[in-house]
Amino acid sequence: MNLSFLILLPFVTAIAILFCNGLKQVRTVALIGTAAQFLLSIDLLFVYWKERTTGNNSPFLFDFNYTWFAPLNIHYHIGVDGISVAMILLTAFVVIAGVLVSWTQESMNKEFFFLLLFLSVGAYGYFISLDIFTLFFFLEVAVIPKFLLIGIWGSGKKEYSAMKLALMLMAGSGLVFVGLAGLYYGTNFNGERTFDLLQISQMHINILFQKIFFPFAFIGFGIFTALFPFHTWVPDGHSSAPTAASMFLAGISMKLGGYGCLRVATYLMPEGAHYYAWVIILLSTIAIIYGAFATMMQKDLKYINAYSSFSHCGFVLLGIGMLTQTSINGAVLQMVSHGLMTALFFAAIGMIYSRTHTRMVEQLGGLLKVIPFISTVFVIAGLCSLGLPGFSGFVAEMTVFMGAWQNPDQWYRLATILACASIVVTAVYILRAAGKTVMGPITDHHYNNLSDATWNEKLAAGILIIGIVAIGIAPFWLNQLITPGTEHIMEHVGKAITLK
Amino acid sequence: MSEITVTHILFVSTALFFTGMYGLFTRRNMITMLMSVELILNSVNINFVAFNKYLYPGKLDGVFFTIFVITIAAAEAAVAIAIIINLYRSHHSIDVEDASELKY
Amino acid sequence: MNNYLYIAFIPLLPLASFLVLGLFGRKYFKTFSGTVGTASLLASTILSLYTAYHYFFIDGKVNGVFQQIIAFKYTWLQFSPNISIDMGIILDPISVMMLVVVTFVSLMVHVFSLGYMKGEERFATYYAFLSLFTFSMLGLVLSSNIFQIYMFWELVGVSSFLLIGYYFEKPSAVAAAKKAFIVTRFADLGFLIGILILAFYSGTLDFGVLINKLTSIQSPEYLNITAASFLGASMLTWGLTLVFIGGAGKSAMFPLHIWLPDAMEGPTPVSALIHAATMVVAGVYLVARLFPVFSIDVTALQIVTYVGAFSALLAAIIACTQTDIKRVLAYSTMSQIGYMMFALGVSKYGGENGLGYMASMFHLFTHAFFKSLLFLGAGAVIHLVHSNEMKDMGGLRKLMPITHITFLIACLAIAGIPPFAGFFSKEEILLAAFNSNKLIYGIAVFTSGLTAFYMFRLYYNIFWSKEADIHEIHHGEGTFSMKLPLLILGALALTSGFVPIASLVTSDGAVLETHIDFGFSALPVLLAVAGILLATYLYKRENSKPQTIANSLGSLYKAAYKKFYIDEVYLFITKKIIFNLIGRPAAWIDKNIVDGFMNLLANTTAKISELIKGLQSGKVQNYALYFFGGIIGLAALFIYLWK
Repeated sequence: MNLSFLILLPFVTAIAILFCNGLKQVRTVALIGTAAQFLLSIDLLFVYWKERTTGNNSPFLFDFNYTWFAPLNIHYHIGVDGISVAMILLTAFVVIAGVLVSWTQESMNKEFFFLLLFLSVGAYGYFISLDIFTLFFFLEVAVIPKFLLIGIWGSGKKEYSAMKLALMLMAGSGLVFVGLAGLYYGTNFNGERTFDLLQISQMHINILFQKIFFPFAFIGFGIFTALFPFHTWVPDGHSSAPTAASMFLAGISMKLGGYGCLRVATYLMPEGAHYYAWVIILLSTIAIIYGAFATMMQKDLKYINAYSSFSHCGFVLLGIGMLTQTSINGAVLQMVSHGLMTALFFAAIGMIYSRTHTRMVEQLGGLLKVIPFISTVFVIAGLCSLGLPGFSGFVAEMTVFMGAWQNPDQWYRLATILACASIVVTAVYILRAAGKTVMGPITDHHYNNLSDATWNEKLAAGILIIGIVAIGIAPFWLNQLITPGTEHIMEHVGKAITLK
Repeated sequence: MSEITVTHILFVSTALFFTGMYGLFTRRNMITMLMSVELILNSVNINFVAFNKYLYPGKLDGVFFTIFVITIAAAEAAVAIAIIINLYRSHHSIDVEDASELKY
Repeated sequence: MNNYLYIAFIPLLPLASFLVLGLFGRKYFKTFSGTVGTASLLASTILSLYTAYHYFFIDGKVNGVFQQIIAFKYTWLQFSPNISIDMGIILDPISVMMLVVVTFVSLMVHVFSLGYMKGEERFATYYAFLSLFTFSMLGLVLSSNIFQIYMFWELVGVSSFLLIGYYFEKPSAVAAAKKAFIVTRFADLGFLIGILILAFYSGTLDFGVLINKLTSIQSPEYLNITAASFLGASMLTWGLTLVFIGGAGKSAMFPLHIWLPDAMEGPTPVSALIHAATMVVAGVYLVARLFPVFSIDVTALQIVTYVGAFSALLAAIIACTQTDIKRVLAYSTMSQIGYMMFALGVSKYGGENGLGYMASMFHLFTHAFFKSLLFLGAGAVIHLVHSNEMKDMGGLRKLMPITHITFLIACLAIAGIPPFAGFFSKEEILLAAFNSNKLIYGIAVFTSGLTAFYMFRLYYNIFWSKEADIHEIHHGEGTFSMKLPLLILGALALTSGFVPIASLVTSDGAVLETHIDFGFSALPVLLAVAGILLATYLYKRENSKPQTIANSLGSLYKAAYKKFYIDEVYLFITKKIIFNLIGRPAAWIDKNIVDGFMNLLANTTAKISELIKGLQSGKVQNYALYFFGGIIGLAALFIYLWK
């Protein structure tokens, strides 16, 4: 399978959109394009599976390598392992749902859909890159559209939020770049410097080098995935963004960071990861607990979900910081699960907002009676968020807990217990939001005239719910999919740690 | 009466250069500033000719450069005056202080 | 070995019914949804009765001892080579007994709801939720893996949330649902950490292996877990206590009982199913499931005993003062579950010493029938008078004869009057307590007297007291579908005491010889009769005596009426401490300090730029001056500093 299609397809769709006229044409083209992506990624899953079952054990499949800047030894090197396939699937799910919920985007629709698709080009490219420079390139491609999406189509204090988000993410990219450049100058592969992930992983990078450059790379990627205390772009950015952009932001962009932390920072600098593990665990535990408590006091639905994303992404970092096979599995599961779940949550909030024109919990009430479908979606997203068995959130969180507990350090155990405690706080804020918004008496008589979800909204929610339930009911397939990838990383980490 | 040495000539050209420089910094009228620039260029021309004469009497490189500079100065004057005319059309003034939009 | 795979259909049928009704019920089964749900459950009930017959009488026993059979096992999620969540089906005496209890009571509730919930707008949703609950409860009962039980535990919690909040337009119902979920969730946190501890030290999540490893004194796992200690208690004690906290949350043991009375906001049949017969005994079931491990840790078992006994007493005292009939029943449930808990606590593993375990399971069995009967009876009453308050009732015995008779039977059963079901199981519990701990025995006997008193206070207030106001009653006793379950359960409340549980469900699977010692039974029965007589004296006719007594007890009565202010304490902790001292500061810090720092960074940058932007004046001459200055500077540099 040629992975370049994953980049080309959204790119071609984005270009095609520029030649369309009117909302109808634009959205049809966008839907066709994203549906094709969706099918392509499902196809990728099966082709990947087939390769694995036929006994192909190389760490990355569908390898393709092309030199695009020889003087610095930069390659366009792509390939996937189970983790990337999972991430690509997540992207495809969120993108198609995002296009469906923006079905009635009136103002500047051409530019809107163009940017959405352009963002997905960045995401796909990022997940398939095996050259850290190319990876960085695609990371940047994914950042800029967000700024425009929020700044132009946002709501509330959108200019402030867009600027904040862009600046903080750019600062993150800057740190990432320092980390990557450090890696590059630390490498010596047959007398040549290299950006190639596989080549770097095979050589042993000087420990001092790792200690210096690991924090740059980790914090840089960490900013994308809401590492405490660099998470403040999350609430403002998410709440100002239009629905589809919020979905992309929380569902895909935050995962770019987690993936980078794992794939680049931890994989390439295992000693660094081991050396700084306590910092990661400390920060992520703070994020989990403190994020949960901060969520409890929010009044705006989007802020609630944004802060809860902050808290949930703490689990990703906690899983990575614990450095056990199971916890890293958990981190990846949590990325996929959180991506789907939070996209569904934002979609539901967007549907509610477009009907009631408010997102304030205090002003809403009794929606289950008037818009049962949307309310049910909202409740499902909430239940998934609070880790109900049968939905993906439970699987991911429990895997993180079990994995974290396997780390024998007593203090890390304490951190795990504290992280577990967040499930109670999560229940409090989710039930508070759901209890007031969907249940209870109807607060405004205008709500009686609301109409329930249209077909596109139902389809969008349905796609995401299928993803969530598929993981929640049968997690073994996803677990099997990602395990070779995480094992490969852990093998590396284990070797490095015992070597010390 | 002593001989005219290169020092004398350099003295003249330096005086000319700083006169031009002073004019460039203090005058607000763009035409005057342009004239000051011409003074600076001329001081350079004097240097070229003088060095050519005293250091490499057998060569003509300095003279050639002087001719180049004169040509370019003419072209430059044409362009500058065109700019000044345009500025006058838009700002109704040729005072350089009035054309300060190009800032932070 | 028989093929037991058909057992999987027992939980899967309700699941199928949930999916069908949940997805299509509103559109296609508007009025049939009750039938669909009931039919699927009927099939489940028949299957589980068949299973019980097969297990208990045909192939469960090997050499006179009941075996544990793993009927089915599938790895659901592999954490690490040893630790995985397996979806399995376990068959042993307690799970088979629970299977029968759950499906049977659930079936009764399904049938009763056909009449009770008729005409509700969300009829299909109601049945979908009931099916979901039944599915999760059956899954819980059949779990062979401690993590599997935790999953179904959570599902049970959420379906209870959905059912309590069924009347979601009532803010009080929403609040009660939230409270139930959050309190049990808090308890589940303990359960989860307990699982982590036990799983870590035993290296497995499978019940069989886990119990095996932690009960053999020589195994390295056992030595490790008892050697490791934290705050003076061994990790085994910690693990078991934390698991018990989970059980205490679901079983409404003090101090985690506060959600149960409020949970009565749900439809009454739901209370009968969830909050009387099935979900609330899950905690007891959990302790019983891990009983071999509990039995070797004295501290944990003592915690179970004292928490159970104290809850039994506290709930009985509160029940004497409540006026909402469902709340009285809720507290009586809590009290009876306390009995089951301390019966487990005073028991030991195996042989004669395992009497408490058997008694606890026996009481669980009989209690399920008479308590669901009480709730369904109360449901019938509420259906008639449209109120939960005692003051709106009275003299209903002539209007609803069947309800009256069955309710009376249930009251006699719970009071422990022979030959009703409760008598037998309660006697065993008292005997077990008497043999091991006299203090507990004292509490238990006193509580059983109180139980008789408050149950008959309830009975007289509903059916006697004053004359009924005929004009406000618009219809009769209810449909046939409401009467039938009452009759069946009434018959069971009469007879289930004769079921030979002692030879079927024991701690080690072997038959336990029991006999009724009438000399021993005399005291509790006399106390119960005294309680009934006192209630008759006070409540048979409406009079002012109860009020006088309440007045003379003064603050004690008021404290009991206000449930000993435990709710207020919780409210104080959550509202004042957690919200104001943790939540608010966290949100404030995030907004002002963490984000403030980022804004400060941005603002400082902006200020610095403000300071230096004057250099870009836009004046050509300034630029020329800088340029010239630069050249002078560079020239100076090159001339004087460059060597």
